[in-house]
Formats: sequence, C-alpha cells, structure tokens
Amino acid sequence: MGFRFEFRLSGAGGQGLILTGKILAEAAAIYDGKNATQSQSYGPEARGGSSRSEVIVSDEEIDYPKAVNIDLLLCFTQEACDKYSGDINKKGILLIDSGFVTNVPKGDFRIYSLPITEIAEKEVGKSLVANLVALGMITALTKVVSKEAVESAILSRVPKGTEELNINAFNIGFDKVTAQSK
Amino acid sequence: MAKQNVNVKLMTGNEACAEAAIVAGMRFFGGYPITPSSEIAEVLARRLPEVGGIFVQMEDELASMATIIGASLAGIKSMTATSGPGFSLMQENIGYASMTEVPCVIINVQRGGPSTGLPTLPAQADVMQARWGTHGDHSIIVVAPSTVRETYDWTIKAFNLTEQYRIPVVVLLDEVIAHVNEKMVIPEPETITIIDRKRSTESPDTYQPYKQNDLDIPLFADFGTGYRYNVTGLSHDETGFPTNDPQKINALYSRLSRKLERYQDQIIEYKTEYLEDAQICIVAFGSSARSAYRAVRLARQQGIKVGIFQLFVIWPFPYKILGRLASQIKAFIVPEMNLGQIAHEVSCAIKSDVIKVNRVDGSLITPNEILERIKNVSV
Repeated sequence: MGFRFEFRLSGAGGQGLILTGKILAEAAAIYDGKNATQSQSYGPEARGGSSRSEVIVSDEEIDYPKAVNIDLLLCFTQEACDKYSGDINKKGILLIDSGFVTNVPKGDFRIYSLPITEIAEKEVGKSLVANLVALGMITALTKVVSKEAVESAILSRVPKGTEELNINAFNIGFDKVTAQSK
Repeated sequence: MAKQNVNVKLMTGNEACAEAAIVAGMRFFGGYPITPSSEIAEVLARRLPEVGGIFVQMEDELASMATIIGASLAGIKSMTATSGPGFSLMQENIGYASMTEVPCVIINVQRGGPSTGLPTLPAQADVMQARWGTHGDHSIIVVAPSTVRETYDWTIKAFNLTEQYRIPVVVLLDEVIAHVNEKMVIPEPETITIIDRKRSTESPDTYQPYKQNDLDIPLFADFGTGYRYNVTGLSHDETGFPTNDPQKINALYSRLSRKLERYQDQIIEYKTEYLEDAQICIVAFGSSARSAYRAVRLARQQGIKVGIFQLFVIWPFPYKILGRLASQIKAFIVPEMNLGQIAHEVSCAIKSDVIKVNRVDGSLITPNEILERIKNVSV
C-alpha cells in the first residue's frame, strides 16, 4: 500500500485547531496534488472545551478517513495529551506546547516540547496565532506537505488583513524546528 | 505561490450534495434544518437564490416534503434534506410522491435512532425505513454513496433516476461522509449526464396524466402551463381521478411496482474490488464501505483472498447478482452501523447465513474489526 500519514491536532476549543487542520489538508490536496481528508470532533464534545481535528494525507485514495495510527500528534492541553498519546505510531512525533503540557508521556515516539503559545506571544506579538506557529513546526517536522503549499493554503483561508501576521507566525514556527534539528 | 488547480476543492459531503443538486438542475428546496444534514440547507439557502432557484424553510418535515412535491408538479426539480426524526415525518408524503409519481429527491443524513437518538454521531440504521417507511406496496429507489465525490455523483444520479422513472429517490448519507472534508475534483460540466422527465406533447384537452404507455412511465405535464388535471393520493385511473374499479386499481398498483422490477437492471449499480479470485466477500455501503476497503487491502497484503462488493444502489437490492456470486464465495461478511439490516438482504440473496459486523454506538466500524472477522474465516 502507498504512503499514508495521519495527523491529530488536539487541544481546547477556540485554539484554531479545526482551521489549522483545514489549511493542512488544503495544502496537501489543492497545492501539493496529494489526497487529503480532514475531520473534527463534532457535537456536544466539541463544546465541552476539548477540540480535535484530524488530517490524513496520502498519495492514493483515502479509504478509512479516521486517524488510528497517528504519525503526528499535536497537543495544546495536558488533557488531550493524556487522552491521545497512546494512539501515536511507533516512531511517530509528539509535539506539545510546554506551557500547558508539563507531564510528558513516555513512549516509542519522538517528543518535541516547545513553548508554542509563548513563542506566538513574544516573537509574533499575538498568542492568538499559536496555531499557525504550530503549523509551521508541523510542516518542518513532518515534511509531508511542502512549505509553499501551506503558505498558499494559509493565504487563501485567513481573514483579509491578517495574511502577514499569519505567514509570519507560520515562518517563525517553521524556523524554530529547522534551527533546532540542525 | 504554489499552483492551485481550480477544479480541486476540499469539500464536505453535505457541501458536495448541495452543489451537485444545483448542477443536476434542482431549483427548489423545501426543508427544515436538522443535524447532521443542516449544512445542506445552509449552503442551498445561499446558493439557490444565486441561480434563480427557491429555498423555503418550512414549519416542519411534513410540510417540507409537501412543498417539494408541489414544486416538482410545476416542473421544477426539487429536493429536501433531513435526518432520522424528520425522515419519519416525511414518510406519509413520500408515499404520496410514490403514488402520484412526482419526481423528487430526499437526502437523509442518517443518525442513530429510534426517536431523537444520536443527532451528532454516525449510523446507518434507516436502510429498511428508506425502503418501507411509508405504507403500502410502493416503488422507491435508495442510493448510498461512501465518499464526498460519490456523494456529488450520486446526488446528480438521484435526480436522473427520479426524473427518468418518476419514482422518489432517497440518498442515504451518514455523519462521517456528511462532515468529512475531502479532496474533490469537480467534474467538467460536459462530462455530466443530466436527465429530465419526459413531457407530453399532447394537447391539454386530451392529456391524461396517468395514461398507460409502452414504458410504464406516464408522460408528465407541468402544472401552470395550461394542463389541468387531478392529482390524488387515492387510487386513481388514467385521468388521475379516484377510482374503485378493481381492474383500474389493479392496473395502477401493478404498474407502480412493475416500474421498479422492469428497470432494476438499469438502476442497480455497485463496485467490486479483488473479487475475481476471492473466497471471502465483504458486502458494504456508505462510510462503513471505507473501513471495508481498508480491511480488504490489509488482508490482501497478508495473502488472504478477500474481495469487496460495494452497494451504490441499495433498493432495488441486487439479489440476483449476489446470488450468482454465492457459488464462488465461502463466506460473506456484512459490516454496517446497525444491527443487521443489509445483512438480512444479503442472506436472502445468497440463501445462507452471513457474518455480521455491527456497531450501534455512534462510532464508525474500524478496519481492524472487519479484518479480525476476515482472519477468523480464512483459518
């Protein structure tokens, strides 16, 4: 079977995780020519504070549209990390916001613990764009979707007038990880 | 900036359904928003006025169904969209559409039931209701796509089928397909087949709305174009007026059911994969077919001879086709998000028991659940 990569973005409602998932899926599907699906927590659970967005990217038709063996898990809250870290694939990636996730799980996966929200606040100037900082990190860490494709998808999705802010946040996130892995 | 293909979009099943209906020529929607179908109404409330169509939010689902029958009688392709409780309320008027042979499309994004059930979670438990929800022997066609692209294609086909045969068509979706954002390559308009109902060329003075013809499908005349005729839910003769004449009653009911039997080979569609040398066959539909495809592909990697038969058209059910397959297949496995509604029909078709994989907890069946059953059979 062909290439299949599963992302789960988790945290609290209002952190922009559903939009982030859509941008990622659009980057893969529309700009990189791959197949992609995006789904999200729906119904009462989406209002209870927790939020979950899943993206699957594949070079062939996507049959089962849900994430089961997660290749990249992003956690913005301790609760999400406790709940989902068990679903990470062997050699998968766990990306956590160290400002919120202090109890780091153990497992056969790579852990990247970074102060995502703090970076957004101090280096971009707005904690609101922490999701875009995270998207930059995800793009650099996984290399599943090209940087250009994600930038194009961001520009087509974010509100007019906020393009520069969002692209800046994305680039800062991207560079943080690239610098760290050098 | 990376290059964007303008024909490629990320779309949900509900969005694809609404856009496809417009492509099919649908210009009247009467409905009452209900989870998980609401986005269909939401998109159409915005889109229909843009293309000169009409969107009406009615007071309930009984009235919604009535409006689409009325609009269709006036010659406009019409549809509604609903879920569980709303679909139940529509049943009386679905019977009316079937009896009066008024083309219409009903989208039912299934939820768990009975009653209010599971509004936000997927289920596939309306298989039998879609076929037999309204009383009496009647014709109805039911289709079930499994992806966003299939939802687009089958919404268009639903209109073609209802226009061609003058039989109501139900499109069964579920929450997984309705809400997943999926890559969708929008087909070029010239590649899409659109069928319109055959209209009578006879003068309004001699026109008979239910006149028998070679096709068993009466010719249509749009209300408001000079044709005056009676439309009733009572058993009627060729003029459309009620009748108690046993011969005429028999002729009507026989023809209504004959339409479906006569054209079933043209209506039934399905897709198969890996069936050529298969000893195990999965029969699946809707979103659980996606789990089944994954399970079959995983099993094939392990050398297990398993194939899949995906139903696009559930009613009429492909009894004969599955029956013929039975001689080659050692075991049939039927995964579905109900307690065995399609399994029962497969069992009738193959005249033997099937292995059921069921989930009614609001979760999509996983590929592993199906794979485990495949492995159990193959050892």
